[in-house]
Parts: sequence; C-alpha cells; structure tokens
Amino acid sequence: MADTTARVLQGNEASAIGALAAGVDFFAGYPITPSSEIAELLSQCMPLINGRFIQMEDEIASIAAIIGASLAGATSMTATSGPGFSLMQENIGLACLAEVPCVIVNVMRAGPSTGLPTQAAQGDVQQTRWGTHGDHAIVALAPSTVRECFELTVECVNLAERLRTPTVLLMDEVIGHMRESVVLPSGDEYRLVRRIEPPTGLRDYCPFGECVPEVAALAAFGGEYRFHVTGLTHDAHGYPTMVPEEVDWKIRHIVGKIESRADQLASNEEFMTEDADVLLFAYGSTARVAKASVRALREAGVKAGLLRVRTIWPFSQKRLRELAPGLRLVVVPEMNLGQLVVEVERAVCGEARVVPLGKVDGHLFEPGDITEFVLEEVGA
Amino acid sequence: MSRSIEKAREYLRPTKKFPTVWCPGCGLGIVQSALVRAISRVGVEKNAVTVVSGIGCTGRMPAYVDFNTLHTTHGRALAFSTGVKLASPSMTVIAVMGDGDALAIGGNHFVHACRRNIDMTAIVVNNSIYGMTGGQYSPTTPHGKRGTTAPYGNVEHAFDTAALAVGAGATFVARTSVYHAQEADRLIEKAILHRGFSVVEIISNCYTSYGRMNKYTSAVDMLRWMKENSVPVSAWDKLPPEKREGKFTRGVISEKELPEFIEAYDEQGRRLTRTPAAVERVRDILTAYDENADRLRVADERSGEAESGRGENKT
Ligand SMILES: Cc1ncc(C[n+]2csc(CCOP(=O)(O)OP(=O)(O)O)c2C)c(N)n1
Ligand code: SF4
Ligand SMILES: [Mg+2]
Repeated sequence: MADTTARVLQGNEASAIGALAAGVDFFAGYPITPSSEIAELLSQCMPLINGRFIQMEDEIASIAAIIGASLAGATSMTATSGPGFSLMQENIGLACLAEVPCVIVNVMRAGPSTGLPTQAAQGDVQQTRWGTHGDHAIVALAPSTVRECFELTVECVNLAERLRTPTVLLMDEVIGHMRESVVLPSGDEYRLVRRIEPPTGLRDYCPFGECVPEVAALAAFGGEYRFHVTGLTHDAHGYPTMVPEEVDWKIRHIVGKIESRADQLASNEEFMTEDADVLLFAYGSTARVAKASVRALREAGVKAGLLRVRTIWPFSQKRLRELAPGLRLVVVPEMNLGQLVVEVERAVCGEARVVPLGKVDGHLFEPGDITEFVLEEVGA
Repeated sequence: MSRSIEKAREYLRPTKKFPTVWCPGCGLGIVQSALVRAISRVGVEKNAVTVVSGIGCTGRMPAYVDFNTLHTTHGRALAFSTGVKLASPSMTVIAVMGDGDALAIGGNHFVHACRRNIDMTAIVVNNSIYGMTGGQYSPTTPHGKRGTTAPYGNVEHAFDTAALAVGAGATFVARTSVYHAQEADRLIEKAILHRGFSVVEIISNCYTSYGRMNKYTSAVDMLRWMKENSVPVSAWDKLPPEKREGKFTRGVISEKELPEFIEAYDEQGRRLTRTPAAVERVRDILTAYDENADRLRVADERSGEAESGRGENKT
C-alpha cells in the first residue's frame, strides 16, 4: 500500500529518496552547495540499507568511484554542482566510452568559477552536453517540481542502466532547495530498469559487442566473466584498437544509441499550446515562472503557450517541428545567456522567430520579466 | 613445459596480442611477472581479482593479465579501485601506477587512499620519469637528473614514495626493485595478504626515456645500478650516513594493524540496525515512497558477505 500522506520535502531530499527507491546502493561525493543535502541524506541511509556511502577527496575521485562501483555491479550515483561538475568531465567521458551506467546529479549554481554558490542558474546546459572532450552523447533530465526530482532521479537510474551510459539529473538551485508539499509516487507508480546481464556459459563474452537489443550485455566484475575495460577506444572485447572500422563503429554507437532515441526519450509538458502562436520554451524552475507568464499573456490577449521539456539531452526536435508552422514567435527564457535556445533554433528552422531571454544575475525570473519581454516582442 | 610458462599461460590473456607495447629491456615486464606470481602464491581465484591502472606505460599492464581489469584515466586508479572494492568487498583489488600517475596527477588520491585504509594494494612502478610521454621529469626524478623538460638538470627534489605513504598512514609499505624480482613477488604477496591499504614501490628502469638521458649505457646498466645502490631495510641502520647517500632501502618498510575501512563501516552499520532511533529515522525517510520500507535491513544481515568472501579469497 502506498503512503499517500503529503510531506514537505526539498528537491534535493526528493532526489536522494528517489535514488533509494531506484535501488542506488553506492554513493560517492564531495560536499558542495547547493547539492550537499543529497550526500547528507544518503550517508544517513546507506549503512541501514546494505549500501555504502563514501566521501571522496574530490569530485574527480567521486565520479571515478561510482564508475568503479558500477562495474562491480552496484547501482551508483554522485551529486555535485558546477565546480565539481567541471572536475568530473574527464571521467564522464570514460563512462561514455566504456559504457558504464552511473548517475550524476548536478544542482546548477551560478558560474563560471566559484560564481554564486547559493544562487540559481542554468548555465551548465551545454557543458552537460559537451563538457567532456570528443564525440559522445549524454542523457540529461531537468525537473521542475519536487516530485519530479524523485521521478527523474529514478528515470536517470533507469536510463543509465538501460543504455549503459552516464546520465545527469540537471537541477537548478531553486529546484534543489525549494520545499513543496508533495506525495511521492509509490512503488506501483514507477518501474525499475536494470542492465541486461549476459547469459551464463558463453564461450566468448563480448562486453562491447553485439547489442541485445540496444546495448551489449554488461557483466559485473567478480562474476563469471573476466574482461577488460579501458578509456582507450576499444573493440568488442574491450581491447584498444586503432582499426578505422572498429573505431568508427564505437563512436557512432555511443552517440547513436542515445541520439537515435531522442524522440522516444522526450518527455514534455504542454500548457495552452493548442491554439498558441507565441510559444514559451522552458525547463527547470524557469518553466514554473513561464507558466504564470502564459496566463498573464492570455489575459493581455496574446495567444501564448508553454512547451516545457524534462528531457534536455538528447534534444528532441519533434514537438517543436510540429508546433512551428503555427507559431510566429518562440521565446526561450533561460537562466543563462542562451544555451538551449540554440537547439530550439535548429528545430524551428526559420519557421518562426526564436528569441532568447537570458538572465544571469543570480535571481529567478519573475513572471513579469517574461510577460513584459513577450509583449514587447509581439509589439503589443 | 617449464613452470613459469605454465603460469604465464594461466594468468596472461590468451586472446591478447603479444608482445606488449613495452620497449625491450623495460622493467615493466618484470613487474608484471612478479604480480602474477604473487597472485598465484596467494592462491586467489582469477575472477576475484581486479587490477586497475591509470595512464602511462605502467597503465597498460591490465590489458595483458587475465583478471577483471580496468584501465582508467591518468592518476585516478585508486579512486576507481575504491569504488570497485566498496561495491565488492570480497574482491582482491590491486592498482598498478607509474610514478607520475600515482604521485603527480594522482597524488591526492594516493595520500587519501593511504589514510583511509581500505583493503587494497597499490603498486607504484617508479622509473623516475614520465615514460609514455617521452621522458619529462616526474615527482620522483632525482634532483639534478635530466628529463626532456629538465634539459639542464632537475631543479626540483624527488618524493620518497615509501616515506610519503608511511606519513599518509598506509598500514603496509614496502619497496624493492625490478633487479630483485623474487623479492618483488614476496612483497606483493605480503601486501595482498595484509588487511588494509598496502603500498609496494618497485624501482624500475626506463632506458628509453630516462636511461639514455642520464648516462646509463643500457637497460642492464640500470639494473646494475639497482643492485649496487639498494640496501635491505635490516642493514640500513648499520650503515654509516655517508654510505647511505644516493641509496634506497628495500624490504618491508612499515607495517601496522589498524581497523580496515569497510569492516569499520559495516560494523557501524550493524550497530545502527540495533539502534531504534536510527532505524526509525531511516524508516521514516524510506516510508516517503514505500510504506514497507523493505530496503531497511535487519540487524546483522550484512555480516556474512564481506567476511566469508574474504576468507575464501585470501587463504
Ligand atoms: C589528464 C592527463 N594529462 C596528461 C596525460 C598525458 N600522459 C600520459 S602518460 C603520462 C605520464 C606517465 O608517467 P608515469 O605515470 O610515470 O608512467 P610511466 O609511463 O612512466 O609508466 C602523461 C603525462 C594524460 N593521459 N592525461
Ligand atoms: S618508455 Fe620506458 S617505461 Fe615506457 S615501455 Fe619504454 S622503457 Fe618502459
Ligand atoms: Mg614513470
């Protein structure tokens, strides 16, 4: 029986509880505002649920530890914010290439550098996509509510396991620290996905070979199969290769397994888009404000609507392309100087005017900011 | 078939293309053989061993040995090892690292691993140089010696790896050289059997990148240097200070008993399961999504795994 009592929870707490619900049994992290509550809560729970928590010496070590743990069969996660996320980039690339499931929660604060440790931003959107060097793809989900912090943490674990790849829960400080009254989903409202393991008795297990069906089966260290994992570009057995065909296949595979599923993985919320000719495109805490702006704009006679994306990466163009012919204006409010708007422009492809609305003063948008901006843009 | 070829067949990867990437005369082959012989002597099953490395010539070793193997990023081997070990405490985890890997870019992980005392073994192959990248000076290049980035002689001073490990709290520290191959086996064996974090520094030769720049005539000449300039720990104290100059000690340098991290962590967990207030607090958190809180463990549930697994693998 589900517990239907509403609780007042913070986004970070809901994410940590979501991790537990998703079966995370290993957490390694390094303290950083505004993410530390996740580590604190998990350090409290892990010893009592047969899991293990460790505070590493830095974020480089934290991501390394969760990758190592995942290879040994654990469901693993870390949490950080901008400066720590920057330090993790090299090993995120290793997890992409070596196809190791793991989850990174990045509670975005204003940067660059130490920036504004306790204030909100959405400045890591493109870093999440392109932070590590080389061609790769990434999965990143952005919650807008406390309940979604739980749900999307579970989803990050599921997608990491299913696609054998690092996934990022991209929260912003407002969502991480916001408290809401919330009823969390109970066990029958979400499902858990686990990596596919190879059958026993194989004569030749290929940990990076044939996809069954989306990715190759992944055995755990310590089980029946011994295999090699490397950050060098490798063949189906995991050994370094420089054979052009093998290298080409590998890189196209780690990109393709994610990018080809962009539409399938897309998760959107739409508000008053049916007849809209002005679209607000937003995510995270900004989308909450944008929703209020849609109402205000409607009152002012502008046919506005909101497309909110939960799946930031891979970026799906599908819904935007469908809506574009009916639009004259797309406004993309972001707490940065224009990051996801680039993707929106590519999707809309000139069919409507796309305008960024950036904010980088460490403060949230207020509904009036967006409303007034749109009114000016439409010349009302 | 000789015994050592049999061993090689058993512990080296049959599918892997040999020869190795290493230069002729490189000490790394000797280290690899010593590692394999030590593991074989400990008697641990191949599936219960994970060998982890960072980047460098040393870092290439895992590809050749038939265990669970993980070749990671430069400097991070011990951080990855920590995750493997915490997720799988019965695993014998061994990190092999070059001097640059372990002590420059990975220096922070190294000292913290020493301090934490997780039951793993770190093998530092110290060839006094960045071998793979072509001979730049490293944190163990002696003062005055040359590297491609120290063309006029190294201005800096070298780490004493073993002293650093002892100072950082490692509970087993040993050193030898590739000239003393059999001693290397025995020290690695002891290190694996030691309950806690163990460090074995193996002084190695890189004729290609270090020897040629520093007036050695061959790889063998470098081995001769190791023979003539190393002193067993037991003899060191009797040596007058002027005879110690430029020499290194070999053997077990430090060994002590301290609580192992995972054992201590799990013991704390077991105590907590008998503490109603702690159980209630966590139950309350879990109840937020699951009324039955079925992940909450019952007292002593975990006690079996780590201990029995360990006994199996380490006898
Ligand atoms: C982050 C990063 N920086 C630099 C390098 C380049 N690099 C590769 S190996 C190496 C040094 C290796 O020296 P050492 O650890 O002593 O190993 P050896 O080759 O001597 O065995 C360096 C600097 C790298 N791979 N990654
Ligand atoms: S460069 Fe030096 S360390 Fe590297 S393989 Fe050659 S001899 Fe060995
Ligand atoms: Mg070296």
